[in-house]
Amino acid sequence: MEESRVVHSTGSKIGDAIFILICLIISLMCIIPMINLLAKSVSGTDYLIRREVYLLPKGLNFDAYMHVLKDAKYIRAFVWTAFLTVICTLLSLTMTMLCAYPLIFEGLKGRKIINIFVTITMFFNAGIIPNYLLLFRMGMLDTPWALIVPSCMSVYNVIIMRSFFYGIPESLRESAQIDGASFIRILVSIYVPLSKPVMATLALFYAVGRWNGYSDALMYIKDKDLYPLQLLLYNILKNINAVEVATQEGFTTPGLNEAIKCAIVMFSTIPIICIYPFLQKYFISGVTLGAVKE
Amino acid sequence: MGKNKAFKAPKAKFDKVYFKRYYQLYLLLALPLIYLLIFKYVPMWYILIAFKKYSIVLPVHKMAWAKHNGMEFFIKAFKSKDFLVALRNTIMLNLKDLIVGFPVPIIFALILNELRVKRFKKVVQTITYMPHFLSWVVIYGLALQLFAPSTGLVNLFVEKLGGNSINFLGEPGNWVRTYIGLGIWQSFGWNSIIYLAAIAGISPDLYEAASVDGASRFQKMWHITLPGIRSTIIVLLIMALGNIIGSGFDRPFAMANPTVLEKAEVIATYVYKAGIKGSQFSLTAAVGLFQSVVNVFFLLGANWLSRKFGERGIW
Repeated sequence: MEESRVVHSTGSKIGDAIFILICLIISLMCIIPMINLLAKSVSGTDYLIRREVYLLPKGLNFDAYMHVLKDAKYIRAFVWTAFLTVICTLLSLTMTMLCAYPLIFEGLKGRKIINIFVTITMFFNAGIIPNYLLLFRMGMLDTPWALIVPSCMSVYNVIIMRSFFYGIPESLRESAQIDGASFIRILVSIYVPLSKPVMATLALFYAVGRWNGYSDALMYIKDKDLYPLQLLLYNILKNINAVEVATQEGFTTPGLNEAIKCAIVMFSTIPIICIYPFLQKYFISGVTLGAVKE
Repeated sequence: MGKNKAFKAPKAKFDKVYFKRYYQLYLLLALPLIYLLIFKYVPMWYILIAFKKYSIVLPVHKMAWAKHNGMEFFIKAFKSKDFLVALRNTIMLNLKDLIVGFPVPIIFALILNELRVKRFKKVVQTITYMPHFLSWVVIYGLALQLFAPSTGLVNLFVEKLGGNSINFLGEPGNWVRTYIGLGIWQSFGWNSIIYLAAIAGISPDLYEAASVDGASRFQKMWHITLPGIRSTIIVLLIMALGNIIGSGFDRPFAMANPTVLEKAEVIATYVYKAGIKGSQFSLTAAVGLFQSVVNVFFLLGANWLSRKFGERGIW
């Protein structure tokens, strides 16, 4: 596949330069907002008020971050969200595997019906209100379960994993079966070890989904102690409970207030930005697998 | 379904021998299927609320039917200005997303494909995928700083150029443009992955033959690469068309503010406010059902259309 690029890239040097330039500009547009925010979060208050901070920090200091790190509210939400993310990711991966694996065996009776049963949920969603009322009637509202269970398996990801399982040579499982291995044994000793790429991809998808999600907490959770980080951030950015924020921050000069907001935004997105580049080679194949026609 | 891929077992009867061999698979499937049953299918039963007068104490099947043969809340929804505004906004925002945003990842993939230095290409990819991993709340936080009327980087730049500060997030028309722009910003890199994969599948022979015939770089992009990913483009277009009345919640809700609500309220945010906040469960269940049904029809229609034009559908 790599040769194809060598073969057809026979354009001029000028052509190359133009494409490189375009890509540079596009890349800059993607990171400038982050750099701007980062610069503001570590800049001096005076410079912020005088609107002098662009892409490089001025009057470098970490007061805003100290402020955030000293506030139990943020640390608490951070730890809680991290905990939730780990639990949800592990649970979701397990569920996805349990659903995808049996469906690759053609000898399984009722496989067609089960496939339809699973796929329908991708095309038809009951909607916000029925889901809410279900949780209400189950007594799950305002409990941590509301943030874990309803979204614990994505059928879209089941299909990605199933496509990956199809790609594992069936001779492997056939020879294991001849040796008398059970289906669960084959799953544990052949499929799981061979599925690291798809596991890494789906773990990333699930983890990002949980870390970044706030709408379920907005709808299902009233107890502030259970707020995930993104919902806390939402309330801060929208100045909901502005009074509470102001009194808790104590002395809030306008400049520092801006710096703190920037610091909180950075604080709540850093983990993901640090992780995703290392999983790039996996998730690219994951996205492509999802597009494989059934 | 890939017959040659799946495990071939001799057709067996559902008897003791079969069960002894296969019970483990059913055991594994039990938890996921119970999950889907409770959290995806039971809510479908709850849709009945759209046709009934909601009661907090009664089970769904015992609630009284709504007036006009159960259509009371559908009639009410279509007489409600709030819902009609949300419906219009949903369609308008999705259409604009589609028209402006759909070609961007395709063009970007074509450009990326022309990069010859592999390492540079990889760095560009890593950077352009980044916005996809940000939450909409974080993106809103970035936008607040970037587009703030007098302190934001963009407006400082505009003022330096001698222009007047633009109210990107506080004026409805500008808000829509910012909303569409940020949507593209967030997704174009990620969406280009699938096109890049499709491009990688094009036979190198075609490019070689074109080179022999003296085709220029742009001629090759236009006559080989683009036609080579045609079916991928059509499949993704179908999915986008099928979702024309669908509305995510996170993006519009994070970005909306009271001054732009006339353009920013979409069905999902309307349902949240009127339903969960306002307790009008039957009305908003009706709205949600309407949305889901129209969605399915659009998807089926788009798929049928694509097959009619000789392309593969999405199923």
